[in-house]
Amino acid sequence: MELLDVTLVNWSRAQFALTAMYHWIFVPLTLGVGIIMAIMETIYYKTGDEKWKTATKFWMTIFGINFAMGVATGIILEFQFGTNWSNYSWFVGDIFGAPLAIEGIFAFFMEATFISIMFFGWKKVSKRFHMISTWLVMVGATLSALWILVANAWMQYPIGMEFNPDTVRNEMVDFWAILLSPIAINKFFHTVLSGWVLGGLFVVGVSSWFLLKRRDVDFALKSIKVGAIFGLVSTLLIIWTGDGSAYHVSQKQPMKLAVMEGLYEGSEQANLIALGVLNPAKKSYNDTINPFLFKLDVPIPGLLSFLGYRDFNAFVPGIKDIVDGGYKSPEGIAMSFAEKQTRGKKAIQALSDYRTAKVNNDTINASLYKAELVDNYSHFGYGYLEKPEDLIPNVPLVFYSFHIMVMLGMYFLAIFALVLFLLYRKKIENSRLVLWVALLSIPLGYIAGQVGWIVAEVGRQPWAIQDILPVQAAISSISADSVKLTFFLFLFLFTALLFAEIRIMVKQIKKGPEAE
Amino acid sequence: MKKSNIFNKLYIFYRDGFSNMTVGKTLWLIVIIKLFIMFAILKVFFFPNLLNSTYDTKEEKSEHVRHELINKAK
Repeated sequence: MELLDVTLVNWSRAQFALTAMYHWIFVPLTLGVGIIMAIMETIYYKTGDEKWKTATKFWMTIFGINFAMGVATGIILEFQFGTNWSNYSWFVGDIFGAPLAIEGIFAFFMEATFISIMFFGWKKVSKRFHMISTWLVMVGATLSALWILVANAWMQYPIGMEFNPDTVRNEMVDFWAILLSPIAINKFFHTVLSGWVLGGLFVVGVSSWFLLKRRDVDFALKSIKVGAIFGLVSTLLIIWTGDGSAYHVSQKQPMKLAVMEGLYEGSEQANLIALGVLNPAKKSYNDTINPFLFKLDVPIPGLLSFLGYRDFNAFVPGIKDIVDGGYKSPEGIAMSFAEKQTRGKKAIQALSDYRTAKVNNDTINASLYKAELVDNYSHFGYGYLEKPEDLIPNVPLVFYSFHIMVMLGMYFLAIFALVLFLLYRKKIENSRLVLWVALLSIPLGYIAGQVGWIVAEVGRQPWAIQDILPVQAAISSISADSVKLTFFLFLFLFTALLFAEIRIMVKQIKKGPEAE
Repeated sequence: MKKSNIFNKLYIFYRDGFSNMTVGKTLWLIVIIKLFIMFAILKVFFFPNLLNSTYDTKEEKSEHVRHELINKAK
Protein backbone atom coordinates (compact mmCIF):
# COMPACT_ATOMS: atom_id res chain seq x y z
CA MET A 1 0.00 0.00 0.00
CA GLU A 2 2.79 2.39 0.93
CA LEU A 3 4.69 1.50 -2.24
CA LEU A 4 1.57 2.13 -4.31
CA ASP A 5 1.18 5.55 -2.67
CA VAL A 6 4.79 6.47 -3.40
CA THR A 7 4.35 5.44 -7.03
CA LEU A 8 1.12 7.41 -7.30
CA VAL A 9 2.64 10.50 -5.68
CA ASN A 10 5.67 10.36 -7.96
CA TRP A 11 3.66 9.87 -11.16
CA SER A 12 1.22 12.62 -10.19
CA ARG A 13 4.12 14.95 -9.50
CA ALA A 14 5.90 13.93 -12.68
CA GLN A 15 2.79 14.57 -14.74
CA PHE A 16 2.25 18.00 -13.21
CA ALA A 17 5.91 18.87 -13.67
CA LEU A 18 5.84 17.70 -17.29
CA THR A 19 2.81 19.77 -18.23
CA ALA A 20 3.98 22.81 -16.28
CA MET A 21 7.42 22.67 -17.91
CA TYR A 22 6.00 22.32 -21.41
CA HIS A 23 3.54 25.15 -20.68
CA TRP A 24 6.51 27.25 -19.61
CA ILE A 25 8.19 26.71 -22.97
CA PHE A 26 5.44 28.70 -24.67
CA VAL A 27 4.47 31.33 -22.09
CA PRO A 28 7.74 33.23 -21.53
CA LEU A 29 8.34 33.84 -25.21
CA THR A 30 4.81 35.24 -25.50
CA LEU A 31 5.53 37.62 -22.62
CA GLY A 32 8.94 38.67 -23.92
CA VAL A 33 8.53 38.90 -27.69
CA GLY A 34 5.12 40.50 -27.14
CA ILE A 35 6.59 43.46 -25.30
CA ILE A 36 9.34 43.82 -27.91
CA MET A 37 6.83 43.93 -30.78
CA ALA A 38 4.79 46.51 -28.82
CA ILE A 39 7.92 48.65 -28.34
CA MET A 40 8.66 48.39 -32.07
CA GLU A 41 5.12 49.38 -32.97
CA THR A 42 5.39 52.36 -30.61
CA ILE A 43 8.56 53.45 -32.44
CA TYR A 44 6.68 53.05 -35.73
CA TYR A 45 3.80 55.14 -34.35
CA LYS A 46 6.19 57.86 -33.20
CA THR A 47 8.45 57.95 -36.29
CA GLY A 48 6.14 56.82 -39.08
CA ASP A 49 9.09 54.81 -40.47
CA GLU A 50 7.61 51.89 -42.44
CA LYS A 51 10.67 49.74 -41.68
CA TRP A 52 9.61 49.65 -38.04
CA LYS A 53 6.16 48.53 -39.17
CA THR A 54 7.75 45.69 -41.15
CA ALA A 55 9.80 44.69 -38.12
CA THR A 56 6.75 44.86 -35.86
CA LYS A 57 4.74 42.65 -38.22
CA PHE A 58 7.53 40.08 -38.44
CA TRP A 59 7.81 39.71 -34.65
CA MET A 60 4.04 39.80 -34.37
CA THR A 61 3.83 36.74 -36.60
CA ILE A 62 6.41 34.97 -34.44
CA PHE A 63 4.39 36.01 -31.39
CA GLY A 64 1.23 34.65 -33.03
CA ILE A 65 2.81 31.27 -33.77
CA ASN A 66 4.02 30.91 -30.21
CA PHE A 67 0.73 32.17 -28.77
CA ALA A 68 -1.32 29.73 -30.84
CA MET A 69 0.86 26.79 -29.86
CA GLY A 70 0.84 27.67 -26.19
CA VAL A 71 -2.77 28.72 -25.78
CA ALA A 72 -4.74 26.43 -23.45
CA THR A 73 -1.72 24.29 -22.55
CA GLY A 74 -2.15 25.61 -19.00
CA ILE A 75 -5.74 24.34 -18.86
CA ILE A 76 -4.35 20.81 -18.62
CA LEU A 77 -2.95 21.72 -15.24
CA GLU A 78 -6.48 22.53 -14.14
CA PHE A 79 -7.69 19.15 -15.44
CA GLN A 80 -5.11 17.54 -13.20
CA PHE A 81 -6.26 19.44 -10.13
CA GLY A 82 -9.70 17.87 -10.40
CA THR A 83 -8.52 14.33 -11.12
CA ASN A 84 -5.08 13.76 -9.60
CA TRP A 85 -5.15 16.38 -6.86
CA SER A 86 -8.77 16.38 -5.72
CA ASN A 87 -7.94 16.58 -2.00
CA TYR A 88 -5.78 19.59 -2.69
CA SER A 89 -8.41 21.21 -4.94
CA TRP A 90 -11.09 20.91 -2.29
CA PHE A 91 -8.76 21.90 0.55
CA VAL A 92 -7.63 25.15 -1.09
CA GLY A 93 -11.19 26.10 -1.91
CA ASP A 94 -11.78 29.52 -3.37
CA ILE A 95 -8.23 30.72 -2.71
CA PHE A 96 -7.03 28.98 -5.82
CA GLY A 97 -10.35 29.27 -7.61
CA ALA A 98 -10.74 33.04 -7.33
CA PRO A 99 -7.48 34.06 -9.02
CA LEU A 100 -8.00 31.49 -11.77
CA ALA A 101 -11.56 32.68 -12.34
CA ILE A 102 -10.40 36.29 -12.55
CA GLU A 103 -7.75 35.17 -15.02
CA GLY A 104 -10.37 33.46 -17.18
CA ILE A 105 -12.90 36.26 -17.12
CA PHE A 106 -10.75 39.35 -17.24
CA ALA A 107 -7.28 38.74 -18.56
CA PHE A 108 -8.06 36.04 -21.12
CA PHE A 109 -10.97 37.95 -22.64
CA MET A 110 -8.87 41.09 -22.71
CA GLU A 111 -6.24 39.23 -24.70
CA ALA A 112 -8.81 37.60 -26.96
CA THR A 113 -10.56 40.89 -27.76
CA PHE A 114 -7.53 42.93 -28.64
CA ILE A 115 -5.54 40.17 -30.32
CA SER A 116 -7.96 40.18 -33.26
CA ILE A 117 -7.50 43.94 -33.66
CA MET A 118 -3.77 43.44 -33.44
CA PHE A 119 -3.67 40.84 -36.22
CA PHE A 120 -6.59 41.89 -38.43
CA GLY A 121 -6.72 45.61 -37.84
CA TRP A 122 -3.64 47.00 -39.58
CA LYS A 123 -5.59 48.75 -42.30
CA LYS A 124 -8.92 48.86 -40.48
CA VAL A 125 -8.22 50.94 -37.39
CA SER A 126 -6.09 54.01 -36.74
CA LYS A 127 -2.35 53.63 -36.05
CA ARG A 128 -2.89 54.86 -32.52
CA PHE A 129 -5.74 52.46 -31.75
CA HIS A 130 -3.77 49.58 -33.23
CA MET A 131 -0.75 50.37 -31.08
CA ILE A 132 -2.93 50.61 -27.96
CA SER A 133 -4.51 47.26 -28.85
CA THR A 134 -1.06 45.66 -29.12
CA TRP A 135 -0.12 46.97 -25.69
CA LEU A 136 -3.47 45.82 -24.27
CA VAL A 137 -2.83 42.30 -25.59
CA MET A 138 0.38 42.32 -23.61
CA VAL A 139 -1.31 43.78 -20.53
CA GLY A 140 -3.84 40.92 -20.76
CA ALA A 141 -1.15 38.29 -21.23
CA THR A 142 0.83 39.65 -18.31
CA LEU A 143 -2.25 39.83 -16.11
CA SER A 144 -2.95 36.17 -16.94
CA ALA A 145 0.46 35.40 -15.53
CA LEU A 146 -0.27 37.56 -12.47
CA TRP A 147 -3.26 35.53 -11.30
CA ILE A 148 -1.68 32.12 -11.67
CA LEU A 149 1.47 33.37 -9.96
CA VAL A 150 -0.57 34.80 -7.08
CA ALA A 151 -2.07 31.34 -6.62
CA ASN A 152 1.38 29.75 -6.76
CA ALA A 153 2.80 32.29 -4.28
CA TRP A 154 0.01 31.46 -1.86
CA MET A 155 1.11 27.82 -1.96
CA GLN A 156 4.63 28.93 -1.05
CA TYR A 157 3.42 31.32 1.66
CA PRO A 158 -0.20 30.68 2.63
CA ILE A 159 -1.83 33.79 4.12
CA GLY A 160 -5.16 35.60 4.05
CA MET A 161 -7.20 32.47 4.81
CA GLU A 162 -8.85 30.57 7.63
CA PHE A 163 -9.37 26.84 7.75
CA ASN A 164 -13.00 25.84 8.18
CA PRO A 165 -13.16 22.37 9.80
CA ASP A 166 -16.83 21.99 8.82
CA THR A 167 -16.19 22.34 5.08
CA VAL A 168 -12.56 21.11 5.29
CA ARG A 169 -11.58 24.09 3.19
CA ASN A 170 -9.30 27.04 3.53
CA GLU A 171 -11.52 30.07 3.08
CA MET A 172 -10.28 33.40 1.88
CA VAL A 173 -10.62 36.12 4.51
CA ASP A 174 -8.29 38.73 3.04
CA PHE A 175 -8.06 38.91 -0.76
CA TRP A 176 -5.61 41.80 -0.64
CA ALA A 177 -3.24 39.95 1.68
CA ILE A 178 -3.12 37.15 -0.89
CA LEU A 179 -2.78 39.48 -3.90
CA LEU A 180 -0.26 41.82 -2.30
CA SER A 181 1.77 39.21 -0.44
CA PRO A 182 5.45 40.14 -0.82
CA ILE A 183 6.09 36.64 -2.17
CA ALA A 184 3.40 37.08 -4.82
CA ILE A 185 4.64 40.50 -5.93
CA ASN A 186 8.24 39.37 -6.17
CA LYS A 187 7.32 36.11 -7.87
CA PHE A 188 5.23 37.94 -10.44
CA PHE A 189 7.98 40.34 -11.43
CA HIS A 190 10.73 37.71 -11.32
CA THR A 191 8.75 35.32 -13.49
CA VAL A 192 7.55 37.89 -16.02
CA LEU A 193 11.06 39.30 -16.26
CA SER A 194 12.39 35.83 -17.05
CA GLY A 195 10.04 35.89 -20.05
CA TRP A 196 11.37 39.31 -21.02
CA VAL A 197 14.96 38.07 -20.83
CA LEU A 198 14.04 35.14 -23.06
CA GLY A 199 12.30 37.52 -25.46
CA GLY A 200 15.46 39.64 -25.62
CA LEU A 201 17.65 36.58 -26.23
CA PHE A 202 15.28 35.28 -28.88
CA VAL A 203 15.13 38.55 -30.81
CA VAL A 204 18.91 39.06 -30.53
CA GLY A 205 19.55 35.45 -31.58
CA VAL A 206 17.21 35.47 -34.58
CA SER A 207 18.51 38.88 -35.67
CA SER A 208 22.04 37.49 -35.42
CA TRP A 209 21.03 34.73 -37.80
CA PHE A 210 19.91 37.33 -40.36
CA LEU A 211 23.20 39.19 -39.91
CA LEU A 212 25.19 35.98 -40.30
CA LYS A 213 23.27 35.29 -43.51
CA ARG A 214 23.72 38.95 -44.52
CA ARG A 215 19.98 39.11 -45.16
CA ASP A 216 17.57 41.90 -44.26
CA VAL A 217 20.42 43.69 -42.54
CA ASP A 218 18.56 46.89 -41.71
CA PHE A 219 15.70 44.95 -40.14
CA ALA A 220 18.15 42.77 -38.21
CA LEU A 221 20.08 45.75 -36.88
CA LYS A 222 16.88 47.48 -35.76
CA SER A 223 15.68 44.28 -34.08
CA ILE A 224 18.96 43.38 -32.41
CA LYS A 225 19.20 46.89 -30.96
CA VAL A 226 15.74 46.77 -29.39
CA GLY A 227 16.23 43.15 -28.30
CA ALA A 228 19.60 43.78 -26.66
CA ILE A 229 18.54 46.96 -24.81
CA PHE A 230 15.35 45.27 -23.66
CA GLY A 231 17.27 42.13 -22.69
CA LEU A 232 19.93 44.04 -20.77
CA VAL A 233 17.40 46.09 -18.80
CA SER A 234 15.34 42.94 -18.09
CA THR A 235 18.43 41.04 -16.92
CA LEU A 236 19.40 43.85 -14.54
CA LEU A 237 15.86 43.92 -13.18
CA ILE A 238 15.73 40.14 -12.81
CA ILE A 239 18.94 40.21 -10.76
CA TRP A 240 17.19 42.69 -8.48
CA THR A 241 14.02 40.55 -8.17
CA GLY A 242 16.23 37.47 -7.73
CA ASP A 243 17.73 39.15 -4.69
CA GLY A 244 14.17 39.72 -3.46
CA SER A 245 13.41 36.02 -4.00
CA ALA A 246 16.45 34.97 -2.00
CA TYR A 247 15.40 37.26 0.85
CA HIS A 248 11.82 35.96 0.94
CA VAL A 249 12.93 32.33 0.66
CA SER A 250 15.26 32.86 3.64
CA GLN A 251 12.44 34.29 5.72
CA LYS A 252 9.63 31.93 4.76
CA GLN A 253 11.20 28.78 3.31
CA PRO A 254 14.59 28.33 5.00
CA MET A 255 14.80 24.69 3.96
CA LYS A 256 14.63 25.74 0.31
CA LEU A 257 17.49 28.19 0.82
CA ALA A 258 19.59 25.57 2.62
CA VAL A 259 19.05 23.10 -0.23
CA MET A 260 19.76 25.73 -2.90
CA GLU A 261 23.16 26.26 -1.28
CA GLY A 262 23.81 22.65 -0.21
CA LEU A 263 24.08 24.01 3.33
CA TYR A 264 23.84 21.19 5.86
CA GLU A 265 25.37 22.93 8.87
CA GLY A 266 24.32 26.53 9.35
CA SER A 267 26.64 29.32 10.37
CA GLU A 268 26.92 33.00 11.03
CA GLN A 269 28.58 35.05 8.30
CA ALA A 270 27.61 32.34 5.78
CA ASN A 271 29.24 32.51 2.37
CA LEU A 272 27.50 32.25 -0.98
CA ILE A 273 28.73 29.43 -3.19
CA ALA A 274 29.75 30.49 -6.69
CA LEU A 275 30.52 26.97 -7.97
CA GLY A 276 30.37 23.59 -6.36
CA VAL A 277 30.31 19.84 -6.92
CA LEU A 278 28.24 17.89 -4.40
CA ASN A 279 29.63 14.77 -2.79
CA PRO A 280 27.45 11.79 -3.82
CA ALA A 281 28.73 9.90 -0.76
CA LYS A 282 26.71 12.16 1.50
CA LYS A 283 23.60 10.14 2.17
CA SER A 284 22.12 11.67 5.31
CA TYR A 285 21.61 15.15 6.66
CA ASN A 286 23.28 14.22 9.95
CA ASP A 287 26.29 12.18 8.87
CA THR A 288 29.75 13.74 9.08
CA ILE A 289 30.61 13.44 5.39
CA ASN A 290 31.61 16.69 3.66
CA PRO A 291 28.72 17.64 1.34
CA PHE A 292 31.10 19.00 -1.32
CA LEU A 293 33.83 17.44 -3.42
CA PHE A 294 34.68 20.95 -4.53
CA LYS A 295 33.32 24.39 -3.83
CA LEU A 296 34.26 27.94 -4.56
CA ASP A 297 32.73 30.74 -2.52
CA VAL A 298 31.98 34.21 -3.81
CA PRO A 299 34.85 36.24 -2.33
CA ILE A 300 32.58 38.46 -0.21
CA PRO A 301 32.48 37.08 3.36
CA GLY A 302 28.95 36.62 4.72
CA LEU A 303 27.24 37.30 1.39
CA LEU A 304 24.64 34.55 1.89
CA SER A 305 23.83 35.97 5.34
CA PHE A 306 23.43 39.38 3.79
CA LEU A 307 21.25 38.20 0.91
CA GLY A 308 19.02 36.21 3.25
CA TYR A 309 18.83 38.49 6.26
CA ARG A 310 20.34 41.83 5.18
CA ASP A 311 23.12 41.32 7.74
CA PHE A 312 26.61 40.01 6.88
CA ASN A 313 26.83 38.38 10.31
CA ALA A 314 23.37 36.79 10.42
CA PHE A 315 22.98 33.07 11.14
CA VAL A 316 21.79 31.06 8.14
CA PRO A 317 20.33 27.71 9.21
CA GLY A 318 21.41 24.58 7.39
CA ILE A 319 19.35 21.46 6.74
CA LYS A 320 20.42 19.89 10.04
CA ASP A 321 19.57 23.06 11.99
CA ILE A 322 16.11 23.19 10.46
CA VAL A 323 15.51 19.55 11.42
CA ASP A 324 16.90 19.99 14.94
CA GLY A 325 15.48 23.48 15.59
CA GLY A 326 16.68 25.69 18.42
CA TYR A 327 18.19 28.50 16.36
CA LYS A 328 16.92 32.08 16.27
CA SER A 329 14.59 32.59 13.29
CA PRO A 330 12.57 35.67 12.24
CA GLU A 331 9.59 34.14 14.12
CA GLY A 332 11.56 33.40 17.31
CA ILE A 333 13.36 30.23 18.39
CA ALA A 334 12.82 27.66 15.63
CA MET A 335 10.95 24.49 16.46
CA SER A 336 12.48 21.11 15.68
CA PHE A 337 10.98 18.73 13.13
CA ALA A 338 9.79 16.50 16.01
CA GLU A 339 7.94 19.40 17.66
CA LYS A 340 6.30 20.42 14.41
CA GLN A 341 5.38 16.81 13.70
CA THR A 342 3.70 16.55 17.13
CA ARG A 343 1.75 19.73 16.47
CA GLY A 344 0.74 18.45 13.04
CA LYS A 345 -0.53 15.18 14.45
CA LYS A 346 -2.46 17.08 17.15
CA ALA A 347 -4.09 19.22 14.46
CA ILE A 348 -5.13 16.20 12.38
CA GLN A 349 -6.46 14.40 15.45
CA ALA A 350 -8.35 17.54 16.46
CA LEU A 351 -9.96 17.65 12.99
CA SER A 352 -11.10 14.05 13.47
CA ASP A 353 -12.30 14.60 17.05
CA TYR A 354 -14.07 17.81 16.09
CA ARG A 355 -16.11 15.94 13.52
CA THR A 356 -17.03 13.20 15.99
CA ALA A 357 -18.08 15.79 18.57
CA LYS A 358 -20.19 17.62 15.99
CA VAL A 359 -21.94 14.41 14.93
CA ASN A 360 -22.71 13.71 18.60
CA ASN A 361 -23.96 17.28 19.11
CA ASP A 362 -21.26 17.71 21.75
CA THR A 363 -20.79 21.45 21.28
CA ILE A 364 -18.46 21.96 24.25
CA ASN A 365 -15.90 19.44 23.07
CA ALA A 366 -16.36 20.53 19.47
CA SER A 367 -15.25 24.04 20.37
CA LEU A 368 -12.31 22.67 22.37
CA TYR A 369 -11.14 20.52 19.45
CA LYS A 370 -11.62 23.42 17.08
CA ALA A 371 -9.44 25.60 19.30
CA GLU A 372 -6.76 22.88 19.35
CA LEU A 373 -6.95 22.61 15.58
CA VAL A 374 -6.58 26.38 15.16
CA ASP A 375 -3.62 26.43 17.60
CA ASN A 376 -1.73 23.77 15.69
CA TYR A 377 -2.97 24.40 12.17
CA SER A 378 0.17 26.22 11.00
CA HIS A 379 1.95 22.82 11.22
CA PHE A 380 -0.94 20.65 10.02
CA GLY A 381 1.10 19.12 7.19
CA TYR A 382 3.90 17.87 9.45
CA GLY A 383 1.47 15.28 10.79
CA TYR A 384 1.85 13.40 7.49
CA LEU A 385 5.65 13.25 7.60
CA GLU A 386 7.20 10.19 9.18
CA LYS A 387 10.86 11.12 9.51
CA PRO A 388 13.08 14.20 9.15
CA GLU A 389 14.29 13.05 5.72
CA ASP A 390 10.71 13.52 4.43
CA LEU A 391 11.20 17.24 4.96
CA ILE A 392 14.29 17.55 2.76
CA PRO A 393 13.91 18.26 -0.98
CA ASN A 394 16.20 16.70 -3.58
CA VAL A 395 19.46 18.50 -2.79
CA PRO A 396 21.46 17.90 -6.02
CA LEU A 397 18.55 18.81 -8.30
CA VAL A 398 17.82 22.07 -6.49
CA PHE A 399 21.47 22.98 -5.85
CA TYR A 400 22.58 22.54 -9.47
CA SER A 401 19.40 24.13 -10.87
CA PHE A 402 19.91 27.20 -8.70
CA HIS A 403 23.54 27.64 -9.66
CA ILE A 404 22.86 27.06 -13.35
CA MET A 405 20.14 29.74 -13.19
CA VAL A 406 22.43 32.26 -11.50
CA MET A 407 25.34 31.58 -13.86
CA LEU A 408 23.07 31.90 -16.89
CA GLY A 409 21.76 35.21 -15.54
CA MET A 410 25.32 36.55 -15.39
CA TYR A 411 26.03 35.16 -18.84
CA PHE A 412 22.96 36.92 -20.29
CA LEU A 413 24.10 40.18 -18.78
CA ALA A 414 27.46 39.77 -20.49
CA ILE A 415 26.08 38.77 -23.90
CA PHE A 416 23.56 41.64 -24.03
CA ALA A 417 26.24 44.12 -22.93
CA LEU A 418 28.69 42.78 -25.53
CA VAL A 419 26.13 42.97 -28.35
CA LEU A 420 25.24 46.55 -27.39
CA PHE A 421 28.93 47.51 -27.20
CA LEU A 422 29.53 46.09 -30.68
CA LEU A 423 26.41 47.84 -31.97
CA TYR A 424 27.67 51.11 -30.51
CA ARG A 425 31.05 50.57 -32.16
CA LYS A 426 29.25 49.60 -35.42
CA LYS A 427 31.13 46.29 -35.48
CA ILE A 428 28.33 43.83 -34.81
CA GLU A 429 27.83 42.81 -38.45
CA ASN A 430 31.39 41.59 -38.74
CA SER A 431 31.62 39.95 -35.30
CA ARG A 432 30.60 36.55 -36.56
CA LEU A 433 31.71 34.70 -33.45
CA VAL A 434 29.52 36.92 -31.24
CA LEU A 435 26.61 36.52 -33.66
CA TRP A 436 26.96 32.74 -33.51
CA VAL A 437 27.15 32.84 -29.71
CA ALA A 438 24.03 35.03 -29.58
CA LEU A 439 22.17 32.65 -31.89
CA LEU A 440 23.18 29.59 -29.89
CA SER A 441 22.22 31.33 -26.64
CA ILE A 442 18.49 31.14 -27.42
CA PRO A 443 18.04 27.68 -25.80
CA LEU A 444 19.89 28.90 -22.72
CA GLY A 445 17.04 31.34 -22.05
CA TYR A 446 14.62 28.42 -21.97
CA ILE A 447 16.94 26.41 -19.73
CA ALA A 448 17.24 29.33 -17.28
CA GLY A 449 13.45 29.54 -17.00
CA GLN A 450 13.03 25.80 -16.49
CA VAL A 451 15.72 25.49 -13.82
CA GLY A 452 14.23 28.54 -12.11
CA TRP A 453 10.93 26.71 -11.76
CA ILE A 454 12.74 23.59 -10.56
CA VAL A 455 14.29 25.66 -7.77
CA ALA A 456 10.91 27.17 -6.88
CA GLU A 457 8.91 23.94 -6.98
CA VAL A 458 11.26 21.06 -6.19
CA GLY A 459 12.84 23.29 -3.55
CA ARG A 460 9.57 23.45 -1.62
CA GLN A 461 8.92 19.72 -1.57
CA PRO A 462 7.32 17.87 0.16
CA TRP A 463 4.76 20.66 0.31
CA ALA A 464 1.82 21.23 -1.98
CA ILE A 465 0.98 24.06 0.45
CA GLN A 466 3.90 25.14 2.61
CA ASP A 467 3.74 23.51 6.08
CA ILE A 468 0.04 22.72 5.70
CA LEU A 469 -0.40 20.04 3.06
CA PRO A 470 2.28 17.68 1.73
CA VAL A 471 1.91 16.14 -1.71
CA GLN A 472 1.07 12.67 -0.36
CA ALA A 473 -2.02 14.08 1.36
CA ALA A 474 -2.92 16.33 -1.57
CA ILE A 475 -3.29 13.58 -4.18
CA SER A 476 -6.44 11.66 -5.02
CA SER A 477 -6.68 7.98 -4.23
CA ILE A 478 -6.68 6.80 -7.82
CA SER A 479 -4.75 4.21 -9.78
CA ALA A 480 -1.10 5.03 -10.45
CA ASP A 481 -1.46 3.31 -13.85
CA SER A 482 -4.06 5.80 -15.02
CA VAL A 483 -1.76 8.70 -14.08
CA LYS A 484 1.11 6.95 -15.87
CA LEU A 485 -1.01 6.54 -19.01
CA THR A 486 -2.00 10.21 -19.12
CA PHE A 487 1.61 11.20 -18.43
CA PHE A 488 2.67 9.54 -21.68
CA LEU A 489 -0.34 10.96 -23.54
CA PHE A 490 0.73 14.44 -22.52
CA LEU A 491 4.34 13.71 -23.34
CA PHE A 492 3.29 12.74 -26.86
CA LEU A 493 0.86 15.64 -27.32
CA PHE A 494 3.20 18.34 -26.04
CA THR A 495 6.21 16.99 -27.91
CA ALA A 496 4.17 17.03 -31.13
CA LEU A 497 3.13 20.62 -30.39
CA LEU A 498 6.72 21.62 -29.69
CA PHE A 499 7.97 20.11 -32.94
CA ALA A 500 5.12 21.80 -34.83
CA GLU A 501 6.02 25.11 -33.22
CA ILE A 502 9.71 24.83 -34.06
CA ARG A 503 8.95 23.77 -37.63
CA ILE A 504 6.43 26.56 -38.32
CA MET A 505 8.55 29.16 -36.58
CA VAL A 506 11.77 28.26 -38.39
CA LYS A 507 9.92 28.29 -41.71
CA GLN A 508 8.47 31.72 -40.94
CA ILE A 509 11.82 33.12 -39.80
CA LYS A 510 13.45 31.87 -43.02
CA LYS A 511 10.82 33.72 -45.05
CA GLY A 512 12.04 36.92 -43.40
CA PRO A 513 10.35 40.25 -42.73
CA GLU A 514 9.57 40.92 -46.38
CA ALA A 515 7.05 38.06 -46.30
CA GLU A 516 4.88 40.39 -44.20
CA MET B 1 -30.06 50.62 -37.89
CA LYS B 2 -26.89 51.74 -36.12
CA LYS B 3 -26.64 48.45 -34.26
CA SER B 4 -26.83 46.36 -37.43
CA ASN B 5 -24.20 48.64 -38.96
CA ILE B 6 -21.80 47.84 -36.10
CA PHE B 7 -22.46 44.12 -36.40
CA ASN B 8 -21.98 44.32 -40.14
CA LYS B 9 -18.66 46.11 -39.69
CA LEU B 10 -17.59 43.55 -37.14
CA TYR B 11 -18.57 40.72 -39.47
CA ILE B 12 -16.59 42.24 -42.34
CA PHE B 13 -13.64 42.88 -40.02
CA TYR B 14 -13.41 39.25 -38.95
CA ARG B 15 -14.32 37.85 -42.39
CA ASP B 16 -11.54 39.81 -44.07
CA GLY B 17 -9.14 39.05 -41.25
CA PHE B 18 -9.67 35.32 -41.38
CA SER B 19 -9.69 35.12 -45.17
CA ASN B 20 -6.43 37.07 -45.47
CA MET B 21 -4.56 34.87 -43.02
CA THR B 22 -1.52 32.98 -44.30
CA VAL B 23 0.30 31.11 -41.54
CA GLY B 24 -2.72 31.85 -39.35
CA LYS B 25 -4.80 29.21 -41.15
CA THR B 26 -2.36 26.48 -40.16
CA LEU B 27 -2.25 27.85 -36.62
CA TRP B 28 -6.02 27.87 -36.30
CA LEU B 29 -6.13 24.28 -37.52
CA ILE B 30 -3.60 23.28 -34.89
CA VAL B 31 -5.47 25.20 -32.18
CA ILE B 32 -8.77 23.50 -33.10
CA ILE B 33 -7.19 20.03 -33.16
CA LYS B 34 -5.47 20.76 -29.86
CA LEU B 35 -8.65 21.99 -28.18
CA PHE B 36 -10.57 18.99 -29.53
CA ILE B 37 -8.00 16.58 -28.09
CA MET B 38 -7.98 18.42 -24.77
CA PHE B 39 -11.68 18.90 -24.20
CA ALA B 40 -13.35 16.13 -26.22
CA ILE B 41 -10.89 13.36 -25.45
CA LEU B 42 -8.60 14.06 -22.50
CA LYS B 43 -11.11 15.90 -20.32
CA VAL B 44 -14.00 13.56 -21.07
CA PHE B 45 -12.24 10.20 -20.92
CA PHE B 46 -9.18 10.73 -18.74
CA PHE B 47 -9.76 13.72 -16.47
CA PRO B 48 -13.09 13.57 -14.68
CA ASN B 49 -13.47 15.89 -11.74
CA LEU B 50 -13.24 13.17 -9.13
CA LEU B 51 -15.29 14.83 -6.42
CA ASN B 52 -17.97 16.22 -8.74
CA SER B 53 -18.41 12.93 -10.54
CA THR B 54 -18.59 10.86 -7.35
CA TYR B 55 -20.53 13.08 -4.96
CA ASP B 56 -23.56 15.31 -5.36
CA THR B 57 -23.50 17.59 -2.34
CA LYS B 58 -20.84 19.79 -0.78
CA GLU B 59 -21.30 17.90 2.50
CA GLU B 60 -20.45 14.60 0.83
CA LYS B 61 -17.37 16.11 -0.80
CA SER B 62 -16.08 17.63 2.40
CA GLU B 63 -16.73 14.37 4.23
CA HIS B 64 -14.72 12.48 1.62
CA VAL B 65 -11.77 14.89 1.86
CA ARG B 66 -11.92 14.85 5.67
CA HIS B 67 -11.79 11.06 5.59
CA GLU B 68 -8.85 11.16 3.17
CA LEU B 69 -6.89 13.71 5.19
CA ILE B 70 -7.37 11.85 8.44
CA ASN B 71 -6.65 8.39 7.01
CA LYS B 72 -3.56 9.45 5.08
CA ALA B 73 -1.99 10.55 8.35
CA LYS B 74 -2.39 7.10 9.94
